[in-house]
Amino acid sequence: MSGDPSSLFTETPAVRRKLRQEAVARGILGAMAAVIILPLVLIVGYLLWRAAPSLTVGFLLQPPTHGMRDGGVWPALVGTIYLVFLSLAVSAPIGILAAVYLNEYARENWLNRMINLAVINLAGVPSIVHALFGLGAFVYAARFGCSIISASLTLAIMTLPVIIANTRLALASVPRSFREACWNVGATRWQTIRAVVLPNAVSGILTGIILQVSRAAGETAPIMFTGAVFFKVVRTGTLFPYALQDQCMALSMHLFTLATQVPDVKESIPFATAVVLMGSVLLVNTAAIGLRIYLRSHRKW
Amino acid sequence: MNRPPPTGAQAPTPAVVRPHRPAWAVAGERAFEWVIHLCGISAIVFVLGIFFFVFKEAFPILRNPDFSLFQFLTSDQWYPTSEVHKRYGVLAMVAGTFSVTGLAMVIAVPFGLGAAVFLSEFCGGKVRETLKIVIELLAAIPSVVWGFIGLTVMSRLIVRFTGAPVGVNVLNGGIILALMSVPIIVSIAEDALKAVPDSFREAAVALGATRWQLVWRVLLPAARNGLLAAVLLGVARGVGETMAVLMATGHAVQIPHSVLDSVRTLTANIAAELGEASAGSPHYQVLFLTGVLLFGLTFAVNLIADLVVKGIRRQ
Repeated sequence: MSGDPSSLFTETPAVRRKLRQEAVARGILGAMAAVIILPLVLIVGYLLWRAAPSLTVGFLLQPPTHGMRDGGVWPALVGTIYLVFLSLAVSAPIGILAAVYLNEYARENWLNRMINLAVINLAGVPSIVHALFGLGAFVYAARFGCSIISASLTLAIMTLPVIIANTRLALASVPRSFREACWNVGATRWQTIRAVVLPNAVSGILTGIILQVSRAAGETAPIMFTGAVFFKVVRTGTLFPYALQDQCMALSMHLFTLATQVPDVKESIPFATAVVLMGSVLLVNTAAIGLRIYLRSHRKW
Repeated sequence: MNRPPPTGAQAPTPAVVRPHRPAWAVAGERAFEWVIHLCGISAIVFVLGIFFFVFKEAFPILRNPDFSLFQFLTSDQWYPTSEVHKRYGVLAMVAGTFSVTGLAMVIAVPFGLGAAVFLSEFCGGKVRETLKIVIELLAAIPSVVWGFIGLTVMSRLIVRFTGAPVGVNVLNGGIILALMSVPIIVSIAEDALKAVPDSFREAAVALGATRWQLVWRVLLPAARNGLLAAVLLGVARGVGETMAVLMATGHAVQIPHSVLDSVRTLTANIAAELGEASAGSPHYQVLFLTGVLLFGLTFAVNLIADLVVKGIRRQ
């Protein structure tokens, strides 16, 4: 080191090398991130391009015709809506209450640890194992048969752990001082939860549930053997074509059937089905993300 | 409240008049708290239920004289519907599962960790938020759509660029599965990097480290466990994935010798054959036993990942 202090900050070869390394690393890592993003754009673009000839309102409202080689997706679309609503109608209340228990009531003991472990493992169970469970438990043991009920219950158990986890995060983000203030004016635990904790966490809970709408809509394996069928006669635009003990068509199953089981399908039809499925899923998710961003920017604390 | 202050050493008298809640409200609240407790343990009930019902359907095969557990795990002969000599060996499917998952991880881990480092250390707030949203959307694409892409787009690309006779093979399944598991790896790895205390970063920067030196010498070693957990959860996703590999890997029961061989995975095998197996037949029971195997496998991987994550928290 020389006496001149400015020489401390001149570029030595070592400094230049480390700056060069930094630039290279930044470039490579940025490229990696870009390579991950690229598929989403390419896939959406390519599917839209191939699906374009079939993408009309009629495609949404018509049933499949000509042995599924032509026509639309209406029965599958309605079936998916049935499955999503029924499954979330079961899993959302259970999941929210379970999260309330875990976050507000449970003490740090072995039972709590067991529940956490169970939630983690339930989230990791492969979807085909859920299908086996649904078949064994709901279709055969509970005698619901292959029906919308069996399929929805199977989906409900599949979506449950994620709803628990998301709701718990939302509840945990409500500051503890809110609860303490409420307890101090003499409210019981449940009164506090109902009047203070849940209203403040409702946006987070809602986002978590909306995200599961798309998950339930997209899954195929769990409903394949518990309630979804290849084909069901439904008239154009019928609003309530299925009874609960019926089997139904579903978009995801319909796409699988078109892609692998039906020969000579009109080329753009499976692509259009994929676009409808992916489009609705991405739309719902974008809505959930938008809601989350909006609510976060308007949060009061 | 007009409660009089307690006088002297006397305890506050219980005679203070407070508005009483009606008995039904108190009882109702009790009952509701019971319901909450029940929902709380529902996750345990369902995990045990899944194991019970899947195992219950599989159990009779273990007592079937034609079946040996040893053969099940070590033979690659899968002829469940043969008239003369039924053989139930899942080794080829295990090899299929691990080859596809292995290839997917070889692709997804470097890209996933690289993207996570970029997200958490190299880019500003706006870019980071946008990238995170896109990655979240990528994670939302249904597996059957991924399978469809593998079947229609990827398989053609593979045939054109590698000259393979069929496009649905280990390579196809691996690429599709890599794309599917990258979002999980990115989000968990990013959480792990974020969990490293800022004082580590400040110390490194104060010593004159560049961002890259900081990442390589400080953050990666400090976040080691979390990154490992991210990879493990990616593996669990790969092992458990069904529809995408069913459509993209080509359905041949064989032990693969190159990435251009078609394979069948454990999950795809169940999905493909369960519809044909009549309820209660040995074939059906063996498929449920495969389910027990899968359940155990993912249970173990998830458990290890959870323990690894807990390991970081304790530090």
